[in-house]
Amino acid sequence: MNQSIQIPEPASPFPGIGVSSDQGLLQWISSVDHKMIGIMYLLIALIFFLIGGAEALLMRIQLGQPVNHFLTPEAYDQIFTMHGTTMIFLVAMPAVLGFSVYFTPLMIGANEMAFPRMNSFSLWITFFGGLLLYFSFLAGGGPDAGWFNYSPLNEKNYSSSNGIDYYAMGLLLTGIGSVTTSINLIVTILHYRVKGMKLNMLPLFVWMVFVNSFLLIAAFPSLNAALAMLLLDRQFQAHFFNTANGGSALLWQHLFWIFGHPEVYIVILPPFGILSEVFPVFSRKPIFGYAFVAASSVAIALLAFGVWAHHMFAVGLGNTVDAFFSASSMLIGIPTGVKVFNWIATMYGGKIKFTVSMMFAIAFLIEFTIGGLSGIAFSIVPIDWQLTDTYYVVAHLHYVFIGGTIFGVLAGLFYWFPKMTGKMLDEKMGKWFFWLFVIGFNGTFLVQHALGMLGMPRRVFTYPDLPGYAILNLISTMGAFLMGLSVLLLVYIVYKSIKNGKAAGNDPWNGFTLEWLTTSPPPLKNFDEVPEVKSRWPLWDLKQLKEESRK
Amino acid sequence: MMKLVVGTEAMFFICLILAFIYMAYNTGFEPHDMKALDIKTTGIFTVILISSSFTFWIADKNYQKGKIKNLKIWLIITILLGATFLIGQGEEYWRLMNDKITLSSSVFGTSFYALTGFHGFHVFAGLVLLSIILVLTFFDDFNNTNSNVISTAGIYWHFVDVVWIAVFTVVYVLPQFTKY
Repeated sequence: MNQSIQIPEPASPFPGIGVSSDQGLLQWISSVDHKMIGIMYLLIALIFFLIGGAEALLMRIQLGQPVNHFLTPEAYDQIFTMHGTTMIFLVAMPAVLGFSVYFTPLMIGANEMAFPRMNSFSLWITFFGGLLLYFSFLAGGGPDAGWFNYSPLNEKNYSSSNGIDYYAMGLLLTGIGSVTTSINLIVTILHYRVKGMKLNMLPLFVWMVFVNSFLLIAAFPSLNAALAMLLLDRQFQAHFFNTANGGSALLWQHLFWIFGHPEVYIVILPPFGILSEVFPVFSRKPIFGYAFVAASSVAIALLAFGVWAHHMFAVGLGNTVDAFFSASSMLIGIPTGVKVFNWIATMYGGKIKFTVSMMFAIAFLIEFTIGGLSGIAFSIVPIDWQLTDTYYVVAHLHYVFIGGTIFGVLAGLFYWFPKMTGKMLDEKMGKWFFWLFVIGFNGTFLVQHALGMLGMPRRVFTYPDLPGYAILNLISTMGAFLMGLSVLLLVYIVYKSIKNGKAAGNDPWNGFTLEWLTTSPPPLKNFDEVPEVKSRWPLWDLKQLKEESRK
Repeated sequence: MMKLVVGTEAMFFICLILAFIYMAYNTGFEPHDMKALDIKTTGIFTVILISSSFTFWIADKNYQKGKIKNLKIWLIITILLGATFLIGQGEEYWRLMNDKITLSSSVFGTSFYALTGFHGFHVFAGLVLLSIILVLTFFDDFNNTNSNVISTAGIYWHFVDVVWIAVFTVVYVLPQFTKY
């Protein structure tokens, strides 16, 4: 009945795996093991999160009071550009890819990714792309045209330092890394599933990674093409975006947002997957409506390519175009809403355990819904015209990126940390971190909705002392510092838990999926054998079988 | 895997082609630049590139039948045809540069050189790939017929040709039917 399947292992180790474990750093640098690479992705995300966070705090100091001169306008431009670029390309992407690379093989009962060496290539090219981006500060100044780098501000006449060239080259490299990782993940999921695991039995996290990878390889080429054109413009005097010579500034906006809007789904789909693992395990129930959660991801991925111009309502594309993109943007809210209801229904009637991971998941539901609703507000063209380029946009995007992606990633961190290190993350300090972070986050960004409606424009280095501006900005700055403090606490928790945390055991949460079958942390070879998979909850089946045989 | 690579590359070229079309309808576009293109010469080189797809197909068929000698011959022919196409492209660039059409001369130059240049670069990468395979056949690496390296390389090579058909249609053929 309960047959186990031998998991094949290559006869000879790949170069890199053979390095003995006492070689320290060299072992990490030369590693092609998906678990080590996954951890390195997460470390890269953490390092850049601290840098990007520090940039955010600099901005909040500058905006703490009206007519402040803590930062010059030039420095402020570079810092908000680098903050956005860092957080999206060097924090959200590596964090999401890190979990994908670490847990995809484990959850489908495989021992390695399909192309281990390409996996290592992807990691390092992402990292060096990040370094190249930051090298701009040493080479005469960072990029200063915002993270979406609109033309003509990105042209040589308006930004004469080399910052934007480094932006283009750095993002090209990280973009190539992300595309190769996605191809790697798709092939892994298609070919390395354990026997019996059909595509409709994939753990939901893996399913989301699968859909996400297709989205990524379809969206990134558009950015790469735009960046290549930008480099040609800046280095070889081409005229793609140079309106004075017949080019089109609008072309950049189209190409960027054809990538840029799918990108926001690229960094939210895997966190959706994490939640779809966390909610069932801590509610002690299988997920409500597996098929709906899975299918709505596909719907999101397809619709994601039909909504890009809602970033461009203020451009003046005409009423027909605006109406189309307004409708499609409202439409894409539906599959996301379906998921939210599925997660709530999963909790309904379950035995809920309020671990830190579950608390982040529940907070996600609330915060992400706020971000989603302000997004729906933006899909209504007149509201968008009124609020575009104000702090309302800043509030909206942080509610979806932090309230969505980061909360999902943190839920995943507290959920999977025991598997990755063999140690529990301290739950008591974790709860402190949770409350500090949530209060700091809402303190920073909730008031920015109001600031935006009062008409405060984003991306301006200071503001006059208009009624309400000073106090709301001060609240926002204090919230930001609370959030910064809580992130330092998180770093301390992680450090302390690795050093002398409680031993986790193989399966601390009584999980449903295969990654909890192996030891914590998993050995170099993840599995020797795996039970034949017959359902969506293979480990649960196995536990029930053991229970029955004991009786 | 190669199909996924080709998929993502296809999106890249779609963006470049759309940029070209977008530029063609933009105000700065100079119709007389378009007239400098010589559809007949490039047409001949297009036929050469497409025929290299057929010669590769024959090479692959021979490999599957175990005829390694024929495989080598048809691979060499494929590489020569691909290289001829690149020489033709170089000759065309040379002629256009002499007509003062460069990357920075006009919007047409910008989008034309970017689009055809990226395609030429992909042809070059394909030639490197095929040359490596050719060298390996002389080291007897393909004496067994169970490798999928050649058919995988084929996916890429055929893709490069298909892209050129699209580029040729948009850049050379369609403007013939457009009044300026």
